[in-house]
Amino acid sequence: MVDQSAVGRAFTPVTARVEPGRLRFFLDTIGETNPIYRDEKAAQAAGYGAAAVPPTYLFCLEMMDAAEPFEFLRALDIDLARVLHGEQRFDYHAPVAVGDTVTFKPHVTSVTEKKGGAMTLVVVETEVTNQHGVHVADLSRTVVVRNARPS
Amino acid sequence: MSAESPSIGDRLVHKEFPPITRHRLALYCGASGDHNPIHVDIDFAKQAGFPDVFSHGMLVMAYLGQALTDAVAPSRIRSFSTRFAAITQLGAKLTCEGTVTELFEDKGERRARLALTTKDQTGEIKLAGEAIIAL
Repeated sequence: MVDQSAVGRAFTPVTARVEPGRLRFFLDTIGETNPIYRDEKAAQAAGYGAAAVPPTYLFCLEMMDAAEPFEFLRALDIDLARVLHGEQRFDYHAPVAVGDTVTFKPHVTSVTEKKGGAMTLVVVETEVTNQHGVHVADLSRTVVVRNARPS
Repeated sequence: MSAESPSIGDRLVHKEFPPITRHRLALYCGASGDHNPIHVDIDFAKQAGFPDVFSHGMLVMAYLGQALTDAVAPSRIRSFSTRFAAITQLGAKLTCEGTVTELFEDKGERRARLALTTKDQTGEIKLAGEAIIAL
């Protein structure tokens, strides 16, 4: 079972390029038609260098380009089938747009037992920087591990 | 009421989405890079103790983000967070809403705090979150 020794563990950084085709697939999937995400001119009028990315897309980019998307689960010996997404937070510091290359650096910031050990909450925080070294965002993901009952 | 000079209690965000289908979950699996089989493979979901596949929490948060940026330009969003309060089942018809709860100044900027919710057709809260926006 994941315990306090996991706090501070860092995982392999992921670098992802914001590609227009992959972004369009995401936009079409969620039925997003806002021109700021699709049209360079509309995005530039709103102060972006190119089409912007929607608010949750950074989470996707990290998974799409990770060599091993669930590395943190394997590293902490957590079974994927026992995990639920508990909370998600994004703090935005600078724009991210099509053509940018962003790098994600995840690490564990807390491990908390709940309900007498029936659940464990693991928080992974991820710093995101762009190709110019600008700190563009921070992500915080809380996963809920449904622990096996002791036999 | 406007997104530029809102008052506390204003409902800035409101959008309804079509029912969650298996097809949508398959598309989101590919489009998001989240290939966790629990959302698309009923055999895997049952093995994990669930009666069927269910929505990615992040698909629901993507809908909430869409509702948010229909009302507020993405460049004005300073933070966006949510708790996944309940599993979103197949067939769920989601409604996303956001209401102004606080107006304040931070880092020399006028800002508003929005309380955000996503509910299904029965009124059950699936996501409870908030956004901080610059005015």
